[in-house]
Amino acid sequence: MPDLALSPEEWTAIRLSLRIAGLATLASLPLAILVAHWLARSHFRGKVLVDGLVHLPLVLPPVVTGYVLLVLFGRRGPVGAWLEQTFGLVLSFRWTGAALACAVMGFPLMVRAIRLAIEAIDPRLEQAAGTLGASPAWVFATVTLPLALPGIIAGAVLCFAKALGEFGATITFVSNIPGETQTIPAAIYAYTQMPGGDAGAFRLSIVAVIIALGALVVSEMLARRSGMRAQPE
Amino acid sequence: MIRFDCQLDRRDFRFRVAFEAESGITALFGPSGSGKTTAIRLLAGLEQPRQGRIVAGDTVLLDTGQRLCIPPHRRRIGLVFQDAQLLPHLDVRANLTYGRFFTPQSERRIAVEPVIDVLGIGHLLARRPDSLSGGERQRVAIGRALLASPRLLLMDEPLASLDAARKREILPFIERLRDEFRVPIVYVSHAVEEVARLASRVIRLENGAVTAAGSPADVLAPVALASLAERFDAVSVLSAPIRQYLPDYGVTVLDHPAGEIVVPGQIAAHQGEVRIAIRAASVTLAVGRPAQVSVRTILSGRITAIDRNESPFAMATLALPGGQSLKAYATRLSFDALGLDIGDEVQALIKSATIDERSLAVLPAGGR
Repeated sequence: MPDLALSPEEWTAIRLSLRIAGLATLASLPLAILVAHWLARSHFRGKVLVDGLVHLPLVLPPVVTGYVLLVLFGRRGPVGAWLEQTFGLVLSFRWTGAALACAVMGFPLMVRAIRLAIEAIDPRLEQAAGTLGASPAWVFATVTLPLALPGIIAGAVLCFAKALGEFGATITFVSNIPGETQTIPAAIYAYTQMPGGDAGAFRLSIVAVIIALGALVVSEMLARRSGMRAQPE
Repeated sequence: MIRFDCQLDRRDFRFRVAFEAESGITALFGPSGSGKTTAIRLLAGLEQPRQGRIVAGDTVLLDTGQRLCIPPHRRRIGLVFQDAQLLPHLDVRANLTYGRFFTPQSERRIAVEPVIDVLGIGHLLARRPDSLSGGERQRVAIGRALLASPRLLLMDEPLASLDAARKREILPFIERLRDEFRVPIVYVSHAVEEVARLASRVIRLENGAVTAAGSPADVLAPVALASLAERFDAVSVLSAPIRQYLPDYGVTVLDHPAGEIVVPGQIAAHQGEVRIAIRAASVTLAVGRPAQVSVRTILSGRITAIDRNESPFAMATLALPGGQSLKAYATRLSFDALGLDIGDEVQALIKSATIDERSLAVLPAGGR
C-alpha cells in the first residue's frame, strides 16, 4: 500500500493547477459567451472559417498549439514582445502562460456548450422582449443569458476540467517548472520519469480523479438549479 | 391611425399589401399563407420589406426611400404571439412588468392594476409560465404587451392554439381592452367568427395581396361560391337590436326586420345592436312558411342571385327587409327540385344551435 500523504511539492502542484484552471476559465468565459452568441445568432460570410478557427485546438496535436503559442507569445514573439514592452507582462515559462495555454485548449469546448444552449432558445422569445422595448443589449442580458445559463455553466466546467488535465500545450509553451508551471499532469509525468516515483504518481492521480468528479457534480447541481428556473414553456 | 404599405419578395411568395388601420380593431383576415403574419412582423419591425413605408400617427416607423427603419424596441408596438412566448425564467408578475420597465415614465398611459383586473390574472402573479394553462398564458401575454403602453397592439392569431372553451373565455377580454384602454388593435385571424365579433374593419388578404377592405358585413360575405372544403367559412353578418332575454330558456331574441332571431345565451347589454355571423351552410331555404318545425328563426327574403357551378352546392343571396343580405348554401339538387329562381320570395330557416356565440358582438347603439 503506497503512502497516501501528499508531499509539500505535490500540494504546490495541486494549488497551482486549481489556480491556473480557475484563471483560464474565468478569463475566457466572457469572450466565449460573446463568440458563442455571435456564432449562434449572426449569419455572415466566413462564419465557417471563424467556427473552424475556434475549434482548431480541439483537433490539432496539443504540442502544435503549444508551439504556436511559444512562437507568438514567447518573449521574442510578436505578441509576447509587445505585451512585455507595453504592460511588462511576460507569459512564457510563467503560471499565467500556463493559464493562457489551458484557456486556448478549453475554449472550443466552452464555446460549443454555450452555443448549443443559445441556439436552443426560441428566437421569438428574444423578439417578444424586443417588441416590449428591450434593446438588443437588454435582450441579451435579461433573456439570452439567463436562459443559456445551464449551458454556460456546463461550458465553464468542461473548460475547467480540460484545463486541469491539459498537458501537451502547457509543457511545450511554459515547460515544467516546479512551483511556477508544474501542474498535476506535469508533476505526474515527472514522477513517472523518476525511479521510485510510482507512489507520487498514484497519489496525484487520485487527486485528479477527485477534483474532476467534484467539478462534474457541482456543475450538475448548478445546471439543475438554473435549469429548473429556465425550463422553456 | 396606421398607414402600412410594404412590398416583399420571398421564394414563391409575393407580398404587396397596403392598408390603413384606425381606432378599434382592424382584422387581417385570410387563409394561411396569405401574408397576415408577414404584415404583422413588418409592422413590429421583426422583418424588413424590400420597399415600403409604415406610419403610425405622425411618426414614420419605416421608409425605405429615406433608408429609415426604427428598430422593434423603439417602435412601441406591442405584439401578442399565437403561443404567448412568456419569458420562462420569470414569474407572471415579472413578465407583466417587463415591458413597463423599458417604457419611459411619461409614456406609461396604462396602469398595472386595471390590466390585472380586466384580465383576471391577479391570482397568478407569483406563478411560473410553465404552470399556467393555455388560456391563462395568453391573458398574461396580452397584459404584458398592454403594460408597455403601446401605440398599437398586434395580435397574431392569439386564440388559434386554444380550445373552444378557452376562446370563449378570452374574447370578452379582448373587447374590454379595445373599449377600456382604447388601444388600436390589428388582429390577425382566419376564424371568421372571431373576426365577425371583434373587428370594426376587415382587410381580406389572399396570396400576399389585399382583396377587400371594409366593414365585416361587406368583407366577410362570400363573393362567389367557395370550394367544397371552404364552404363552412362562408358567412353573412347580420345586425339586429335586442328584443328580450328569456331566462327560463337561456336564449336571447333579436328583432330583425325580416323576423325574430333566436340566439343562445344572455347578452350582457340591454340596448344597442347585436352583430351575428351566420354560416351559409347553416341556412335552410323554404318556399312558404313551414308550420310545426323546431326552428324559430325564420327570415323572409327575396333571392337576388344564385351562384352555381359543377360543385354539388349552389349559393343563394337573399335580400332581407332592412337592407342586409343573407347567403344560403343548398345542393343544386334542392334548388332544382324546388324550382328556385332569382326574384322568388323564400323563407330562410336558421337553427339556433348552429349559431356560434363566439361570433356575437354587442355594438354600441348607433354603431355598426
